Amino acid sequence: MKFSLNVSSLVAALVVAGLVLLPVYSNLSGNIFILTLFTRIVILALAAVSLNLLMGYGGMMSFGHAAYLGIGGYAVGILAQEGIGSGWAQFAVAIAVSALYALVIGALSLRTRGVYFIMITLAFAQMAYYVASGLARYGGDDGLTVYKRSDFGGLIYLGNRVQFYYLCLFCLLAVVALVWRIVNSRFGLVLQGLRSNEQRMQAIGFPSKRYKLACFAIAGMLCGLSGALLANNTDFVSPAVMYWTRSGDLMVMVILGGMGTLMGPVVGSVVFLVLEEVLSQLTEYWALIMGPLLLLIVLFGRGGIMGMLGRLNRG
Amino acid sequence: MAEPLLRVDNLVRRFGGIIATDHVCLDVSKGEIHAIIGPNGAGKTTLISQLTGHLAPHGGRIFLGGRDISHFPAYKRSALGLARSFQITSLLTDFTAADNVALAAQAHDGRHSFRFFANARKDKPLRDAARAALERVGLGHRADVLVSRLSHGEQRELELAVALATKPQILLLDEPMAGLGVTESQRMVKLLAELRNEVSIVLVEHDMEAVFALADRISVLVYGRIIASGKPDEIRQNEEVKRAYLGDQHVVVGHG
Repeated sequence: MKFSLNVSSLVAALVVAGLVLLPVYSNLSGNIFILTLFTRIVILALAAVSLNLLMGYGGMMSFGHAAYLGIGGYAVGILAQEGIGSGWAQFAVAIAVSALYALVIGALSLRTRGVYFIMITLAFAQMAYYVASGLARYGGDDGLTVYKRSDFGGLIYLGNRVQFYYLCLFCLLAVVALVWRIVNSRFGLVLQGLRSNEQRMQAIGFPSKRYKLACFAIAGMLCGLSGALLANNTDFVSPAVMYWTRSGDLMVMVILGGMGTLMGPVVGSVVFLVLEEVLSQLTEYWALIMGPLLLLIVLFGRGGIMGMLGRLNRG
Repeated sequence: MAEPLLRVDNLVRRFGGIIATDHVCLDVSKGEIHAIIGPNGAGKTTLISQLTGHLAPHGGRIFLGGRDISHFPAYKRSALGLARSFQITSLLTDFTAADNVALAAQAHDGRHSFRFFANARKDKPLRDAARAALERVGLGHRADVLVSRLSHGEQRELELAVALATKPQILLLDEPMAGLGVTESQRMVKLLAELRNEVSIVLVEHDMEAVFALADRISVLVYGRIIASGKPDEIRQNEEVKRAYLGDQHVVVGHG
């Protein structure tokens, strides 16, 4: 029965294998578009994985996670415009500023819970959105073009499609591995305990808020990394990446794939973004198909795709 | 007289116009089992929640080992050796029994939990501590079962194991026998009797047989006030208690 126990692991492994081999396919078939599409998917999957740490394992329903995409992106864009082209500096700033923002926002938001937590994280992200729109020096509403991608010296050249894709994929897999370690660590068990029963955790001696805040900051940093990659991918960053619908997309990817599962958000991102791409080519009204489809999966597939696959084994 | 382990001094808590805790004074000595009884709605759980720090009192003070802990948050009180079990079973249901206990041990093993890499489920000292606490309550063979799959009785025992794993000086047990069958109740009484020498216990319980079997002292809480406090025999004889509680079958049956 060992084999049948692992349908979801199998799917996860296939997805990873597919992602690793994608550039080979793209090269052989001459289909460059698919590499571009999947670069974007991998980057957003990274953001979804970070949100899953917060939502799935930490039980914190942040509706403002796209703010970090913007912060990471603007860190790259602004530094590039100001003549600092070093990728090390840009990425370090992207991650550090994300952490700082997360600590401040988290400290304030974690005073609330439930719907109020959702609303306040949303409000802060919208604030970030309007702040970015007001940055006249950096394009304001129109956004900021990144004329030169982050420079990592001779190590890796981001201008090369394949190299850049593998950098993004490496980051994604590294972050998945990191989340896996975190989830099973002392910290991770505390985090999941808090998700399950905060009062109980306090009663056995855990100061709950500082652990939740740490999780909030880690998730923010990881998403900031995703934002820095995204700006390099599009050579452009604008307030739109922080808009609340983007935060909503990230949530859907996580829920679709399976909250609180390691690979769920990766699978969810691939399915969500490929569907979006395919459907939008079929019809202008693709959202009319996408919406009900997602609704069905959320309604009937508790635990998302990974949850359904998990039940396949048993059923 | 030596300072009692736990001392409650004129504790007051209101909910709107209702005084749920009305100038309660209480002390618990080392090694003592102090039972708190009273009809439903007397404010027993409210009192426990203030002792553990889940509910802030409006007046009065709480001392643990002579130290004023009235304004300490729950986790700090736990660190000082105050542990509770919940009236309504309150466990981490998506974890195994061993995980629940190991987490309690983790909170008290002297190392903080900002460790992000090492697999905590393979932390031998924690797992050993968890196993020991589970054996203690007779759940050793159920260590790897998800809490949601444990029977109600097993969950009650697990509540106790979790509290024990925090190495408490004083255990606040909120109706540990609630919903237990006869044999299960007897096992729990036996277990608590064994614990007597290791830890002080505040026992809130409706099961009078258990209370009179275990308690060194009993305090009777009615409408938030302690109307009597003393040895079991004294309480049994107390006219006011008989009137307010023991003799009044209607109330006793009423709580179900």
